[in-house]
Amino acid sequence: MIFTIARKELRSLFAAPSTWVILAALQFIFAWFFLARLDAYLQVQTQLAQVANAPGATMSVASPLFGTLALMLMMLIPLLTMRLLAEERRNQTLALLLAAPVHTSQIVLGKFLSLVAFIILVVAASTAMLALLGIGTQIDSGLLAANALGLLLLSASYAALGLYLSALTKQPIVAAMSATALSFGLWLIDIGGAGTGNALRALSPTTHAQSMNAGFILSGDLAYFILTITTLLLLTIRRVENNRMYA
Amino acid sequence: MTASITLSARNLNRRYGQRDIVQNVSIELKRGEVLGLLGHNGAGKSTTLQMLTGILAPNSGQIEVCGIDLQRHPEQAKAHIGYLPETPPLYRDMRVDDYLSFVAKLHRVAKDGLAATLAETKRRCGLEESGRKIIGTLSKGYQQRVGIAQAIIHNPEVIVLDEPTVGLDPAQIRDIRTLIRELGDAHSVILSTHLLSEVENLCDRVEIMQKGRLIYGDSSARMQQYGHQPGFVVTLLAPPPLAELEDIAGVEKVEVLSGTRFRILHAADTQTSGVLLALAAERGWQAQQLTPLKGSIEDVYTQITENEPA
Repeated sequence: MIFTIARKELRSLFAAPSTWVILAALQFIFAWFFLARLDAYLQVQTQLAQVANAPGATMSVASPLFGTLALMLMMLIPLLTMRLLAEERRNQTLALLLAAPVHTSQIVLGKFLSLVAFIILVVAASTAMLALLGIGTQIDSGLLAANALGLLLLSASYAALGLYLSALTKQPIVAAMSATALSFGLWLIDIGGAGTGNALRALSPTTHAQSMNAGFILSGDLAYFILTITTLLLLTIRRVENNRMYA
Repeated sequence: MTASITLSARNLNRRYGQRDIVQNVSIELKRGEVLGLLGHNGAGKSTTLQMLTGILAPNSGQIEVCGIDLQRHPEQAKAHIGYLPETPPLYRDMRVDDYLSFVAKLHRVAKDGLAATLAETKRRCGLEESGRKIIGTLSKGYQQRVGIAQAIIHNPEVIVLDEPTVGLDPAQIRDIRTLIRELGDAHSVILSTHLLSEVENLCDRVEIMQKGRLIYGDSSARMQQYGHQPGFVVTLLAPPPLAELEDIAGVEKVEVLSGTRFRILHAADTQTSGVLLALAAERGWQAQQLTPLKGSIEDVYTQITENEPA
């Protein structure tokens, strides 16, 4: 049942031309950044060669690009999550799902999974582009994989946040604005508190993606993402279930 | 054999804030029955139907669908319900076929029977030609058909329709009523409406709702007799003297409408018309036409809702 709902969401996502425009624009911008970064690396490469234990191409080109992509996805994902529940409520199609013999958790998980599938597509396409570095040099596939995982978890938590906010309102645009504002705020907490040891930084998802950006997969970070996503999904399920109480 | 009860709701209550929207509503529905829920706007019809379909939880009361408790086993119970809300829940950007097969899967229609079910449902709703069309481009009448198709695709025992003919043109209304009547033979249908003609044409039974309460419930044929003196209009080409008509057993009043037409009011539960026709034949009054007086359902409805203390 979860997959039936997820498949339907994916289909309507890809039926909209805006999705393809977003995907194309994202790949174009990403490729542009990649090129610029590669260009900069090639210029300093001769100097780097003289340093002992110099960072490799993956570390100097790919890792920073994953950071850039994370920022782009932070702004993009709310645009995809906003319609998931808010629009159903506005168009009164939620009644179909609520009257069907499915549990609320299946509705919410189905919608979340459709987004995760979309995110996997974006992350895979971008990782594949970066793997092209392998044509010219040896790449650190472990670092690349850790980065991809970090980006996936980070984006999934943005998706869960967006989904929850979409469950709170009837207006998709309100859901998008509040999701962007919240994830932007969390990002600011991270960069604002960098180097100060501020405990608040632990709240920000970007903080927890950093070690994966450097190639370390820490169980603490994994736990953070899993807990955040689970909590937000549970809140969403609760909110949708509340529709039956205070529609 | 008495028909089995497919839907039973007992003492449903629903509040929004301080306002009681639905109070103490009990409804029973048998297989093969079409029940009309009649009432003004804001009488609580839609809220009641939402509770019956499990979209809204009642504050108190119990609902059973085919013997399954809706609150305790919502998923099993909901499998027996098909629901068309006031606004059909259509994804406007989907094709009719895609939408209907999504709904079918949502209602656990087996995969190998899916194509046949889809074709059969489209046939019943007159959508054979529209499968490839995008829902948003269909006219209102066809969207309503897709809405009904969505409610019946899993062949549910109980079909709940919230104002199914609102906003349609007369030809579409006729088509949809024929379809509902057809559905009512094999399933149980409960529909809400504020169109009295709909009740007259479609429903076996009527419940009238006002201010969140059911104030009247009866078969729709009997409803038309409500508060109404039985009688008929008869044409006699060779009429006898008035006194002779007044002497017939059970006759309470005779009004002369014209030289040959008479309106005769009689006591309830008597066979006055039969007696009169027999006499007419015997005495050569040349009876031509006998039309029973029928209260218009509008009058009856107004009478019932006004009798009820606000």
